[in-house]
Amino acid sequence: MQFIDQFIAMMPMVLFYSAPLIFTALGGVFSERSGVVNIGLEGLMVIGAFSGIVFNIFMADTLGAFTPWLSLLVGAVASGIFSLMHAVAAVSFRANQVVSGVAINMLAVGLGVFLTREIFGRGQTDSITEPFYTTSVPVLSDIPILGEMFFDGTYYTTFIAIIFAVAGWYVLYKTSFGLRLRAVGEHPMAADTNGINVTKMRYIAVILSGVLAGLGGATYALTISLSFAGSTISGQGFMALAAVIFGKWHPLGALGAAFFFGFAQSLSVVGANFDFLANVPGFYLTIAPYVLTILALAGLIGRAEAPKANGDPYIKGSR
Amino acid sequence: MMENKKLNILIPILSVLLGFLVGAIVMLAFGYNPIEGYAALFQGAFGSMYNIGESIRRTIPLVLSGLAIAFAFRSGLFNIGAEGQVFVGWFAAVWVGVAFDLPAIIHIPLAILAAAVAGALWAFVPGILKATRGVHEVVVTIMMNYIALHTTNYLIRTLLSDGGSQSERIANSAWLATPGLQEMFGYSQIHWGFIVSIIFAVFVWFFLEKTTYGYELRAVGFNPHAAKYSGMSVKRNIVLAMLISGGLAGIGGAMEGIGTFGYMYTHGAFTNLGFDGIAVALLGANTAPGVVLAAFLFGALKVGALSMPPLSGVPAELVEIVIAMIIFFVAASYMIRLVIMRFKKEEN
Repeated sequence: MQFIDQFIAMMPMVLFYSAPLIFTALGGVFSERSGVVNIGLEGLMVIGAFSGIVFNIFMADTLGAFTPWLSLLVGAVASGIFSLMHAVAAVSFRANQVVSGVAINMLAVGLGVFLTREIFGRGQTDSITEPFYTTSVPVLSDIPILGEMFFDGTYYTTFIAIIFAVAGWYVLYKTSFGLRLRAVGEHPMAADTNGINVTKMRYIAVILSGVLAGLGGATYALTISLSFAGSTISGQGFMALAAVIFGKWHPLGALGAAFFFGFAQSLSVVGANFDFLANVPGFYLTIAPYVLTILALAGLIGRAEAPKANGDPYIKGSR
Repeated sequence: MMENKKLNILIPILSVLLGFLVGAIVMLAFGYNPIEGYAALFQGAFGSMYNIGESIRRTIPLVLSGLAIAFAFRSGLFNIGAEGQVFVGWFAAVWVGVAFDLPAIIHIPLAILAAAVAGALWAFVPGILKATRGVHEVVVTIMMNYIALHTTNYLIRTLLSDGGSQSERIANSAWLATPGLQEMFGYSQIHWGFIVSIIFAVFVWFFLEKTTYGYELRAVGFNPHAAKYSGMSVKRNIVLAMLISGGLAGIGGAMEGIGTFGYMYTHGAFTNLGFDGIAVALLGANTAPGVVLAAFLFGALKVGALSMPPLSGVPAELVEIVIAMIIFFVAASYMIRLVIMRFKKEEN
């Protein structure tokens, strides 16, 4: 019974760690489903985190409790604009998409820290005064067990992330826009023949991935790190990329994978509280998420098929 | 064809120039004098024997991680895991350096070998999973990076020290640096690893361009189906490519372990040597000579960057922006090609 209690107590933390990953992985799904590989998720998160934090610091006095929400929006928009660079390179200039993504990652950190130094005179911003706070959802948190697990002491951003994932699934699989987007990623020539504008669809998908990764980065900054420095986003974008592939390029799969990573990360933080894990050295719990992911990929998940045209620039008229 | 070859050399050079141009524009936009900024950068990279020594020192591991990634790229694999392989290589080399007492002529090669084996083992996991189960190597290598980071930290605390954050110093017989060389370069941290990196650059060039194994690897990277039809084992080549790539990255870690530092410390985050290696490989067009030149450019830029704030007030991160833009222009080389072609047409 004690185990179950501890498990329940751990759930808010899982949700809290997962939210940035869900947003970002969802962005990755959109981009890759349209046939554009996005290694740059990490950099897009950096831009989201940076702009969210800076906006929050300067506007907290005027906007009050509304600040974090607008910061989130600013992070998403800034990152969406930044992702245009990847779109231009990958779609219009037929760049190697992996290379362009690597450039995005480097540029984001360079630019973020450069601007931080220009604005604050040092490599790290001040801490924000208007972060997101944990809340208990009225009514729902009174449900026994489930309420405690999912609706008590969590952030609203987590629920938004889950809603976004479901919406993402709906858009990709139940609307004609989604069908077009997937068609462009599987067989751009066939899509083109059917009158779908491949370039336009891919631009939209990449910008969407920028917006979502920006949301992810801003969420991380406004709930977990609460300030920005060059090391604020260190690998979360790559974890999100792993979640995209782990989730087999499906919005709900990515959601599940993000939860799994969040769970594993929380386990390494609070695992020592569990009786049956108490004697396991912290080191094993720390590497557990990564080892579990590899095992899962090797055994349970097996072959993950990427969208067919993923990574290939589309050149009109070529076969 | 000759035209194409010329373009292949012209594009990296133009990309570098354009990258610097963007850097200059950023400096102007923030009220700095770009000439002063770049003068400070140049001063920092080549201003004295000390600075030159530091630039070379910074280049050494980048050559090896760049070679590692270029080698994998040529075989059609994306080894994001060079970062983790650098960690385990660094650790293995320091462990050999601390644990044994041997004559230098055996000790140094043994430490390098240990690093190569450790890096290769680390790369074997994604390689074998890709070959046998079709698991995407990018995800597995990302995971292996984190495992390497935490595992080496743990081993430094337990095996190489008593709960400390730093290993013992390696025995002098394993040290790649000599006081004479360091003195010549103004007491910088330069070490003989530059010879090691050049040896391996030649090895990679020879292996890829002049041997049957290299030909097969390139064939598999270029078109796995065609390679399979002509009787090559795609699986074996994938594993082989990852092993060699990992070994090279591991040796890159050894250069830090028995060259620059002489010990290993616990890391809070990645060294970025592996990730920078991606940039090096790309600018070097995945060829061994190109990698050496690109690594030297980036090594010098990163050392030079340190002199920019004191001499010109420009934040050192400007160099990161320049490097990112160079990579971006290399990636978008189609645009540069188009412009060049248009100029050619007008001439005719």
